[in-house]
Amino acid sequence: MAKRVGMEIALAAAEAVALCKPDVVAAYPITPNTHIPEHLSDLVAEGKLDAEFICVESEHSALSACIGASAAGARAFTATSSQGLLYMGEVMPVVSGMRLPVVMAIGNRALSAPINIWNDHSDIMSQRDMGWISIFASNGQEVVDMMIQAFKIAEDREVMLPINVNLDGFQLTHVVEAMLFPSQKEVEKFLPDYKPFAQVHPDSVVSMGTLGLPEYYAESLKARDEAMKGSKKVIVRTWKEWEKIFGRLYEPVMKYRTEGAEALLVTMGSMGETAEAAIDEMRSKGMPVGLVKLVLWRPFPFEEIRAAVKGCRSLVVMDRAVSFGACGPVAAEVRSALYDQPDAPAIVSEIIGLGGRDVLVQDFVALAEKGLKAKKGKQTEEYEIYGVRGS
Amino acid sequence: MSIVANFDLYAPRLVNKEEYFVHGHRACQGCAEALAIRLMCKALGKDAVIINATGCMEVVSSLYPTTAWKLPWLHVAFPNSAAAGSGVSAALKVLRRKGKISDRPVKAVSIGGDGGTFDIGLQALSGAMERGHDLLYVCFDNEAYMNTGIQRSGATPFGASTTTHPAGPASTGKSAWKKNLTEIMIAHNVPYVATACPSYPIDFIRKVEKAKKVKGPAFIHVLAVCPTGWRCASEKAISMGRLASETGVFPIYEVVDGKYSLTIKHDKLRPVADYLKLQGRFRHLSPDMVKQVQERVVQEYNKLLDKVDNLHAWSELKG
Repeated sequence: MAKRVGMEIALAAAEAVALCKPDVVAAYPITPNTHIPEHLSDLVAEGKLDAEFICVESEHSALSACIGASAAGARAFTATSSQGLLYMGEVMPVVSGMRLPVVMAIGNRALSAPINIWNDHSDIMSQRDMGWISIFASNGQEVVDMMIQAFKIAEDREVMLPINVNLDGFQLTHVVEAMLFPSQKEVEKFLPDYKPFAQVHPDSVVSMGTLGLPEYYAESLKARDEAMKGSKKVIVRTWKEWEKIFGRLYEPVMKYRTEGAEALLVTMGSMGETAEAAIDEMRSKGMPVGLVKLVLWRPFPFEEIRAAVKGCRSLVVMDRAVSFGACGPVAAEVRSALYDQPDAPAIVSEIIGLGGRDVLVQDFVALAEKGLKAKKGKQTEEYEIYGVRGS
Repeated sequence: MSIVANFDLYAPRLVNKEEYFVHGHRACQGCAEALAIRLMCKALGKDAVIINATGCMEVVSSLYPTTAWKLPWLHVAFPNSAAAGSGVSAALKVLRRKGKISDRPVKAVSIGGDGGTFDIGLQALSGAMERGHDLLYVCFDNEAYMNTGIQRSGATPFGASTTTHPAGPASTGKSAWKKNLTEIMIAHNVPYVATACPSYPIDFIRKVEKAKKVKGPAFIHVLAVCPTGWRCASEKAISMGRLASETGVFPIYEVVDGKYSLTIKHDKLRPVADYLKLQGRFRHLSPDMVKQVQERVVQEYNKLLDKVDNLHAWSELKG
């Protein structure tokens, strides 16, 4: 039986990555992800992890070095947050376009300006369409498990796409929790050695990153899209295998006390944990409410969302980012999933927890009450930035 | 028979017969950069990985589904061939250590144009050189953003007319002097730094061979004549490179462990006008400006000679 270990979640993420024996780690410091690469560099310095740790001079170079390493046949890892992720932006689509299974941890953080180091999801939302699989953790155990699963999913021959595992800055990265760690032996059994499909080496001469003219460019993107859509099958298969070995189940959409619920809250990331406590409190008072946690952001689990919310009267989708002048990004996807469904629930779109503002149990209660009052059949594009002074 | 007296007869025997950058690429007529890359690859031999910044050479050589490269080749983006090269170098090191690739040295060689090296890629280059990877960086400098249509870069010489700093009634072309990137690299304590030009092919090949043997960072700055962007006749590409050296505009030297030496020497420098007058990009220069260029070139050349004469190898200096 694995031992429960109390540890800061960022350090736990690094421990989990180290269990996967990456060959190359390249990273640049930015709050709040920094403890992840710091701890990996500790493990390298202590001789516990045999990897090349490259202290690059920018996030752009961090991801570029990972591309070079992965193209040369190495298992590569990086981590970042906020502006750092945006600085990587130029090469984000290159990783997926070259079908390199790089794994990245994102300690999610708000974007400047105003400069703010605390959590929201603006960083990853800006990189939503770069061809990366995106997964959200809601607690430390999920972070540990997802880091290990990420390498297996990314490196699957049917997938061959990069993955980012999102853990909310501070709410997760800097919190100490008790977590179970698989043994090195168990990880080695679950995650075989990385066998590159192609690698830049004189023993297998290949040109990678070539110029795609209009005659071929669309085919390349179609192939990437097919791989992304097809990855859901592999993700679900990997999660089932994980459950079989370790007893912890993951699904693209996780339900919490949804049976008989009239209104459902929809969250992504660490808000899900507080929301569970809020749901318990409301249920004990007889309120017919439940919770749907979105775990898989890309590829988007349309079918699973439809199945999870079937029969409920309203959804309160809680976004931690805003697409200015348009929507909350999660709400837009959920609306699109339910648009032509018969008897679709009403959707209340709430943008909340921006720049690290706390989302408390009472906030979930207030929003659930709003959901219970919402009328069906009136689909609008409306959204609210919740709890803002002067509004 | 004396090798020196019959150099032309012997020279081809000194060069690798294998071709790694092959015909069929789409470089312009007279492109000295394509020639330089071909020579570089010959000097590197088969055990090298090329990491190419976005630019002319990437565009002309890699139109999917074709490739002109018979060496393993990777293109990522414009500003990061040094960073991607760091990753390749690190991967080669760790995979060899872990027995996951064959146990022989393979050189990571990052290449880029002047835009990708002097300007947008300078940070990544500086980082890679400072970290000390086993990485050779070769800059092919054609003195402007030629791939996008002859825009001014930090490597464009004073007075040159480009599409973003054109000469006109209110402009005399580029108003700043060319950045001295070689000195920036030397300031990084890079153990092998050299300038070269494919107009002196054996000199260039020997430098690539030397740089390949360095266990650590090395940097070669290659002047690559671009007839299209310089507005000169394509058949002049080789002689133009020689003129750049003979006038002192582009001195050809190397710095080994801090010790400077000229590898192409001239008893007397020719006037810069001989070089400038053959290129359309300098057509508008007044005699006064030519004089200004002449003075600057001689001053820079003398600065270099001073270093050649007076600076010692770092290993000779007391710690």
